[in-house]
Amino acid sequence: MTAGLVAELELSRGPLALAVHLAVAPGATVAVLGPNGAGKTTLLRALAGLVALDRGCVELDGAVLEQAPGGPWAPPEHRSVAMVFQDHALFPHLSALDNVAFGLRARGMGRRAARTRAAERLDRLGLADRADARPGQLSGGEAQRVALARALAVEPRLLLLDEPLAALDATTRLTTRRELARHLAGHGGARLLVTHDPLDAMALADHLVVLEAGRIVQEGSSAELAGRPRSAYVADLVGVNLFRGRADGDRVDVGGAGLVVSARASGDVLAVVHPRAVVLHRVRPDGSPRNVWRGPVEEIEPAGDRARVRVGGPRPMVAEVTAAAVADLGLVPGAEVWVAVKATEIDVYPA
Amino acid sequence: MTRRRPTAAALAAAIGVVGACGGAGTGGRAALDVFAAASLTEALTALAPSFEAVHPGVEVRFTFGSSSALARQVADGAPADVLATADEATMAPLIADGRVHDPAIVARNRLTIAVVPGNPLGVAGLADLARPGLTVVLCAPEAPCGRLARAALGAAGITVRPASSEENVKAVLSRVTLGEADAGVVYVTDLRAVGGRAEAVAIDAAVAADPALQAVYPMAEVAGADQATAARAFVAFSRSAAGQRSFGAAGFLPP
Amino acid sequence: MSHPERRRRASRLALVAGALAASFLALPLVGLLWRTPWSGLGHSLGQPGVAGALRLSLVTSLSATAVAVALGVPLAWVLARADLPGRRVIRALALVPLVLPPVVGGVALLLALGRRGLVGQWLDQWLGIRLPFTTTGAVVAQAFVALPFVVLPAEGAFGSADRRFEDAARTLGAGGWTVFRRVTLPLAWPALAAGAVLAWARALGEFGATITFAGSAPGRTTTVPVEVYLGLESGRFEDAVVLSLVLVAVSVTVLLVRRDSWLGPLRA
Repeated sequence: MTAGLVAELELSRGPLALAVHLAVAPGATVAVLGPNGAGKTTLLRALAGLVALDRGCVELDGAVLEQAPGGPWAPPEHRSVAMVFQDHALFPHLSALDNVAFGLRARGMGRRAARTRAAERLDRLGLADRADARPGQLSGGEAQRVALARALAVEPRLLLLDEPLAALDATTRLTTRRELARHLAGHGGARLLVTHDPLDAMALADHLVVLEAGRIVQEGSSAELAGRPRSAYVADLVGVNLFRGRADGDRVDVGGAGLVVSARASGDVLAVVHPRAVVLHRVRPDGSPRNVWRGPVEEIEPAGDRARVRVGGPRPMVAEVTAAAVADLGLVPGAEVWVAVKATEIDVYPA
Repeated sequence: MTRRRPTAAALAAAIGVVGACGGAGTGGRAALDVFAAASLTEALTALAPSFEAVHPGVEVRFTFGSSSALARQVADGAPADVLATADEATMAPLIADGRVHDPAIVARNRLTIAVVPGNPLGVAGLADLARPGLTVVLCAPEAPCGRLARAALGAAGITVRPASSEENVKAVLSRVTLGEADAGVVYVTDLRAVGGRAEAVAIDAAVAADPALQAVYPMAEVAGADQATAARAFVAFSRSAAGQRSFGAAGFLPP
Repeated sequence: MSHPERRRRASRLALVAGALAASFLALPLVGLLWRTPWSGLGHSLGQPGVAGALRLSLVTSLSATAVAVALGVPLAWVLARADLPGRRVIRALALVPLVLPPVVGGVALLLALGRRGLVGQWLDQWLGIRLPFTTTGAVVAQAFVALPFVVLPAEGAFGSADRRFEDAARTLGAGGWTVFRRVTLPLAWPALAAGAVLAWARALGEFGATITFAGSAPGRTTTVPVEVYLGLESGRFEDAVVLSLVLVAVSVTVLLVRRDSWLGPLRA
C-alpha cells in the first residue's frame, strides 16, 4: 500500500486539457504553481471528486477513490479529502463554531460533541473568542483561519488549499502565512496547495510543481526551480532571464542573436542569466565581458534601493541595478544603454 | 410643466370616445339594451327578430344573467333600457326607488327537477332529493329560483343540504349536464333548452299547481333610459299575442 | 439646461408618477374604509355566514400554501438543477396558472378532476374520492393558482445559489440530502419564505377557480371572496364591505410583517 496521494489525471474541460501525474507523501506539502487558466483549481476539484476524470486513477492511502473509465468513483462526501477555498466559503448562515462543527456533524457526530471538538480547534487557532461570530463579522485573516479549522476538523487524509492567501491584504498575508505553515506542519495527511505566488509556495511547501496549460512543465525544490527554470513562466516567477536556443560549442543561438557562454554544450538548451549579472554602461565597455550589445531602456521598476531595468534590443533582458546607478547612468525609458554579460555568468543546461 | 398637459388632454379625449360608444347600434339603428334573467334567454332571443321586424329602427341587445346581479347593476346605474327579472321580490326595491317603472308580468314558470339522462339514480320527486349521498345543487338563496326551490321544499317538509348553491339557474343545470351533480332544481323552460343533455323529473302535482310556487317574470322600463319609447314598445310586445307565442314555445306559462 | 438640472427635473417627474401610482393603489382601499359601517362592524362580523367564511378561508388558504410549497419546492429544484430535456416546457407549465384566467383554471380542473373528469372519474370509481363541492376541492383550486408563486422565487434562489457552499459541504462529508437540508435550503430561505407568503395571499384571494370547481356551500366551500360576491349579489352590501375590509387588513398586516422576520438568517 502506498501512503499518501498518488494520482494520474486526464480531464478536458472546455479549452483546458489537464494531464497530470502527481504524488504527495503523507506529512508533505506540495505546491502547485501556474498562471491563470493553467488548470490548478480544476486539478483540486478533480481530486476532491467535484468533477469526474476522463481517464486516470486517484489513490489515497491505498484506497482507490476513482478510476476512469469504468472503475469506481467515490463521491466527495466519501473521500477523506477536505478543501480550503480561496475566499473561505464559510457558510454565511452559521456561526464560526457551527461552521467548524459542520463536517463532524455531517459525518455522524452528535451536536454537542461536534461543537466541543470545534471549540477546541478554534482555540488552537487562537479564535476561541470569535466562535459565535458570523462569517460576515470576521476579518479576512480570521475567516481564512476558520476555514482552515473547518477543513482540519474532519482530519482529512488529503488537505487541499486553493490559493488560501490570495484574498488577503499584504500584512495579513504575512502573518497568516506563518501560522498556516505552523498548522500545516501539525497535520498528518498529505497536503496540496495551489498558488500563483512563489513566495507562498516556497514558504509553505517542500516540493513545487509548475502547471502550465494543463501539463506539468517542471517540478522540484524551490532552489531547483530558481536555479534551473524550464519555462518563461517559471523564469518570471523567480525573476531571472531565460533564453531557449541551440548550442554549438561555446555559442548559443537564441533566435537570431547569439550568446557566448563558458560551458560547452550542443543541441537544444536553456540559458539563464540572473539580473544581477547583467551590467549596464553608458558607453561601450571594454574588458572581459564577451556578450556586449546596445539596446533601448524599455521599463524601470524600482524595488527598494534597487531597480529592475528592462532593456530591449536583440537580446531583451532584465537587469538589476542599484537606484544610484539608475541616476548615474541617466536611465530613462528610451535611452540607449550598453549591456554586458560575462560568459561565466550564463548558466546553460539541456532543454 | 409642459409635459403633463398633453397627457391629461389625451386621457380626457379617450374617455369621451369610450363614453360615446354606448348608445349606437349597428347599421344606424338605435340600440335597445335589455337586461333579463337567465331563464328568459331562449324565449326573448326568439322574440327579438319579430319585434325588430315591427320596429325596423331598433336593434335589441340582450344581457342575460342572474336577476339579483342584473338588478344590482341597474340600481347602480348600468345603461339598460328594459329590465326583466325572475321574481317580483328582486324588482320591488327598484320600483320603490323609482329606478324602474311600469312593471308588467310577461310569463310564469314552473319548477322541475333535472337529472342525468336515463335517471340512473331513480329520482322520483322532491322527497328523493333528501336522500343521503345524493349530490344536489340549488340556486343561491338570494336568487329567485333558489328562493322558490327552498319554498317548495319547505312546503313539502323536506330538508335538503345542497352540495353547492349556484349563482343562477343555468349554472345549476350545467352542474347536472356535466355530471358533477346528480340532481338540481331548475325551471321547466331551462330543462327544455338543454334538450337531451338532461332529463326532467316532474315535481309532485300539488307543488306544481301552486301559483305561489311558480316563478313570476315582471318586465319594466328603466327610468331615464335612452330608448324610452322603444322600451315601452318592447314591454307591450312581450305581452302581446305575438310575443307570448315565443314564451309559450319555450315552455313558459302565460302571465 | 445643464445636466444636474435635467436630472432634478427627471427625478421630480418620477416622484409625480410614483405619487400617481400610489394614489391609484390606495384609492380603492380608502374607498373601502370610507364605506365601512363602523358602527355595525360587530354585528356584521357576528353573522354566521361571515365567521364561517373567515374560518374556512384561513383553513383552505393555509392548506393550499402547504400543498403549493410541498409540490413547488421540489419542482423548482428540478428546474434549477436537473439536466432534463423538457425543462423549458415544464417551466412554462409551472407558470400557466399565472396567465390563465382563474375561471378558466376552474373549468380545466373540473374537466380533469371532476366526477366525470379525465382523472377524476377514476378517483371516484376506485377510491370514492370526489373533489368538487368539497373543502378539499377548494384547497386544490387554491393550490393550483398559488403554485407559480412558490416555484418562481424558489427556482431563482436555487439557480443563483453559490455552488461553492454546496461543494464545501460535500467535501466535508455531507451527502446530497444533508447538503440540501443544511446549506441550500437555509440559504434559499428568504426567497422561499417570500414565495410562500405570496402564495398564501393569492390562495386567500382566490375566487374564480374556487367557485367554478368547488362551488359554494356555507362552511364547506364558501370562502371569503365567494361570500363577498354573494353578499353583493343579494344586497347584503355591508357584510360584503366588512369582509373585504378584513381580508385587506389581514393581507396588509402580513405583508408589512414579512420583510423583517423572513430575512433574519442572513442578516449577520
